[in-house]
Amino acid sequence: MSAAPARWNGDGPVVAFEHVELAFDDKVVLKDVSFTLEKGHTKIILGASGSGKSTILKIITGLLRSDSGAVIVNGGRVDQLSESQLMAVRGDLGMIFQEGALFDSLTVRENVGYKLYEETNQPLEQVDRRVEEVLGSMALSEHIDKMPSDLSGGQRRRVAIARAMAFRPRILLYDEATTGLDPITATTVDDEIIKLRDLEGVSSIVVTHQLRDAFYIATRMAVQGPGDAVEIVPATSEKINESEFIMLKDGLIHFEGSAEQLQRSDDPYLKKFLS
Amino acid sequence: MSLLPENWLKNAAFETQEYVRLVVAAFRGLFSPPIYRHDIVEQLDEIGWGSLTVVVLTGLFTGAALASQSGLTLDQFGARPVVGRLVSASMIKELGPVLTALMLTGRIGSGIAAELGSMVVTDQINALRALGTDPIRKLVLPRILAGVLMAPVLTIIADFVGIFGGWVVARFQLQVGTDLYWSSITQALYMQDIYQGLVKPFVLGFMIVTIACHVGLRAKGGTQGVGHATTVAVVAGSVAVIAADFFVTQLMVFLFY
Repeated sequence: MSAAPARWNGDGPVVAFEHVELAFDDKVVLKDVSFTLEKGHTKIILGASGSGKSTILKIITGLLRSDSGAVIVNGGRVDQLSESQLMAVRGDLGMIFQEGALFDSLTVRENVGYKLYEETNQPLEQVDRRVEEVLGSMALSEHIDKMPSDLSGGQRRRVAIARAMAFRPRILLYDEATTGLDPITATTVDDEIIKLRDLEGVSSIVVTHQLRDAFYIATRMAVQGPGDAVEIVPATSEKINESEFIMLKDGLIHFEGSAEQLQRSDDPYLKKFLS
Repeated sequence: MSLLPENWLKNAAFETQEYVRLVVAAFRGLFSPPIYRHDIVEQLDEIGWGSLTVVVLTGLFTGAALASQSGLTLDQFGARPVVGRLVSASMIKELGPVLTALMLTGRIGSGIAAELGSMVVTDQINALRALGTDPIRKLVLPRILAGVLMAPVLTIIADFVGIFGGWVVARFQLQVGTDLYWSSITQALYMQDIYQGLVKPFVLGFMIVTIACHVGLRAKGGTQGVGHATTVAVVAGSVAVIAADFFVTQLMVFLFY
């Protein structure tokens, strides 16, 4: 796994961390973190504030560099790539930032189609169609010409998801996508995460400290109903097993397992976190 | 602890290194794709057209005040008719470039630092990178190009408006004839003065924008950090303008006079 293969045949995990470490000056953020994300699966990373959850996502996208260890995305090591080489890797990664990080000076349409308008040579009509399709699927069509400042918190997060998935990445990274939202609005965001995973086959890493949302995403699934309708229903046990939890504590993985294992754990820290 | 000289020196060296890296990266971006043309046009409009009013007003009042002050001094030597010569030389060689640059520091430097700083603290810069865009090519390069190209244009406008302001005072307050005013300007103006007045704004425009981009992109710590970056952009930019003006003047005097 030391060098990036020229072409990845699609076997094996889409994301892998092998003994990744990172420190900022004297502050150790990640001590020894290893995990894998299988294609189409969901990895839910829990942990207290400052435990290094968001850092993991930034390392995957190359926004931060790890001090040691290997970071593998789609079969190739990304931790030693230059910024220009990382641009190719990022073509298959969509990231949803805390608070959305929408571009203030651009409309919803320009935000969602940003990568397609600016970084590809696709015809404008084709990009417009894709943007309208993505916003339509998230019931955001009426907001297409609004500025981000005119949107509610939940709408901003959903636009951020739309922006991250407009260019059809196969891996989506959610950084506290529901933090600060009321439970009903948070559920609409969770539903989008579930739909992208189950209907588009996207592999997801969800960073959160909102337990309610974490369990909702792990225990529900999206099914195509009659017509275009999509229903969110309780997941089958097979589907539940495709979601795995990681609990970070002091820069280390304190727990790794399924939703059921997490709930049944006798570990005092986990019990305190879940209570 | 941050007051220790060695820490101060380390910090200064680090900031200088990061500044140079930013400038080199922007320079490289100029010669390889992608070039974000519409961002360049947008910045030319924002920095050039957007600063026109403030630059015109500054030039007008400076030229007028200069004529008024010079008139009093020149009267002591019975040299009131050469007021145009004094106003034009001062405006073109010194006051036009420096005052335009200082106005641009206040208007453009603070705006760039605040905008880029806000984008940093709200993760928009990271979002750009995650979407495959190099922020230096997209945000920094267009601003540098616009600053370097528009500062000379605005300076020329400020010079003309300043000389016009001087004429208004010379004609109506000092009672100097219009023909005398303008002929004293053309007779006394040398090409070296014009070179000096045109080279300075290129250098000053570059410094204002690169300093503002540097401090904006290094903002940290939320809205307070954005405020701090804005203050630093204006203070450091203004000092850099005045210092650079001195050094460019020395160089030009050495080369042309």
